[in-house]
Amino acid sequence: MRIKSPKDFWAGLMFLAVGIFVAAWAAMHYQMGTAVRMGPAYFPAVLGGLQAVLGLAILAGSFALEGPKVERFYFRPLVMITLACVLYGYAMKPLGLVGATAVLVYVSAAGGHEFNWKEVTILYIAMILMSVLVFVKALALPFPLWPDALS
Amino acid sequence: MDTSILHNLALGFGVAVTPIHLFYALIGCLLGTLIGVLPGIGSVATIAMLLPITFNLSPVAALIMLAGIYYGAQYGGSTTSILVNIPGEATSVVTCLDGYQMARQGRAGPALAIAAIGSFFAGCVATLVIAFAAPPLAEVALKFGPSEYFSLMVFGLIAATALAHGSLVKAIAMVVLGLLLGLIGTDVNSGVLRFTFDIPELSDGIGIVVVAMGMFGMTEIIVNLDLKGEREVFTKKVTHLFPSKQDLKDSWAAILRGTALGSMLGILPGGGALLSSFGSYTLEKKLSRHPERFGKGAIQGVAGPESANNAGAQTSFIPMLTLGIPSNAVMALMIGALMIQGIAPGPQVMNEKPELFWGLIASMWVGNAMLVVLNLPLIGMWVKLLTVPYRFLFPSILVFMTIGTFSLSNNPFDVLIMGLFGVLGYIFVKLECEPAPMILGFILGPLMEENLRRAMLLSRGDPSVFFTKPISAAFMIASIILLVIVALPAIRKKREEVFAEEV
Repeated sequence: MRIKSPKDFWAGLMFLAVGIFVAAWAAMHYQMGTAVRMGPAYFPAVLGGLQAVLGLAILAGSFALEGPKVERFYFRPLVMITLACVLYGYAMKPLGLVGATAVLVYVSAAGGHEFNWKEVTILYIAMILMSVLVFVKALALPFPLWPDALS
Repeated sequence: MDTSILHNLALGFGVAVTPIHLFYALIGCLLGTLIGVLPGIGSVATIAMLLPITFNLSPVAALIMLAGIYYGAQYGGSTTSILVNIPGEATSVVTCLDGYQMARQGRAGPALAIAAIGSFFAGCVATLVIAFAAPPLAEVALKFGPSEYFSLMVFGLIAATALAHGSLVKAIAMVVLGLLLGLIGTDVNSGVLRFTFDIPELSDGIGIVVVAMGMFGMTEIIVNLDLKGEREVFTKKVTHLFPSKQDLKDSWAAILRGTALGSMLGILPGGGALLSSFGSYTLEKKLSRHPERFGKGAIQGVAGPESANNAGAQTSFIPMLTLGIPSNAVMALMIGALMIQGIAPGPQVMNEKPELFWGLIASMWVGNAMLVVLNLPLIGMWVKLLTVPYRFLFPSILVFMTIGTFSLSNNPFDVLIMGLFGVLGYIFVKLECEPAPMILGFILGPLMEENLRRAMLLSRGDPSVFFTKPISAAFMIASIILLVIVALPAIRKKREEVFAEEV
């Protein structure tokens, strides 16, 4: 058998896996109950089953109908942008707003097409000013401004 | 009946025109336009991004500001369509066709002005439609029991997927995925922690803001960075803002038709505003005596769809306000905002919080008026914004998003989840799975489970109750008919054609 629609193939596989996992996990860990008194497992198990069936249908369809190829994944922006955001979150407490914003701006900019130290530094300073004015001053959010070690 | 509407509208305007609420409407409109103008960041991401700012406001002020952000973003989107040929919003895709051509012919001013005038007119009419249609609908909904509610939600979700573009089965699978994600956290009935995998942060479930920010905001940025596109911006001064007499003569009928179409389609679940702008464009082209002018700068091709999408955006508030059912991803976020404010969305809101309900409706009119008054003079500023290169924009947008997400609970875990959904969203884009149905399922998941449980308890476990109670049966049968219709090959083809221009 040949996969005619790769997009549907992977999507179907994904839904099938999620459905089976959810239904099995729910059935193993939580009380099923009855239709009259549904336990915590009932709804997820039914939905998981439905998800698996839909996934199977999509998967089957991918062998029958022609469809487009999965477009190329560009890992650089994907990894850099995600990394930048997550690091920002975890850097906020130890490094303060000033440090965390640096991490976010420089790492995310490195995920773009062009990276110019001077430009990104100007952007960074602008972002710090904006963050302080809007979020710390105007909205009074309790963010530490400077790294822990300095204060 | 009519006097009570007048009385209620008076109450609403009393709330909406207080200085503080005018201020929040203004801030909302400005921020919404600001971010809506930026290409590649849609209204869902805009609202998700700005939602945390409204947490400290009163519920009325928060909703007024969010509504302002919503139409501001819509409005800004049409500016981008006309000047850059990149739709700032999915709903202004068709505006690109003729609006951009008008701009190339040096008529950017009239195109922007007619979009504003059409939107304003449509906004006024749609506000009245809401004022008249919402109360009777809420009255009916108040009589709904759990089985009716469950069937209504099934119908809403099915309709939302049927009217969206792309594969129907995949869209339904995405809805189910959303429903499942909505179940993460503590089960309200038994207190059992479900799918939390011993992570304490998950015991309250995942916030809709975090999901929307990841799947719409982050994903959009990552996808934009895939392409290394050049854009051509009309930075030349936009002159002759005012449309000529001939322009007005050409477009008034299109505005009227667009408004009517948008008001009707907006109420339907699914891409109300999106569908109405596409529908209006097709309608205008069919009715025109010069269909060959469409795509070459026909002003009707701007006036009709812009009126229609604004009317549709406005009337899509009706199911949200009266039934507590979101008709699109933006409304799902609005419901999320209401819940964060401690208000359970549903038909009772109108009676229990009339100042919120009518204040919001009145503020819609106020917001539309503000957009016209503010934006035409500010157009020069928005044009400048468009010339800012994307490499400056996307880190700035990310700063806003991550600060917003972090501030939800001052916990980096939320940012981590946002990142996770950003990556998931990217995979979904690559596999052509629409994220909007997922968000609808996500917000409705717990509600559906609760109503299913209650309905089954009342019927002693007999599932036929959904088909024996008349209202519930009507929703179920309508859902089935809708599914069958969409699955029919002829309709499926037509549906693909309608949305073909979008891709």
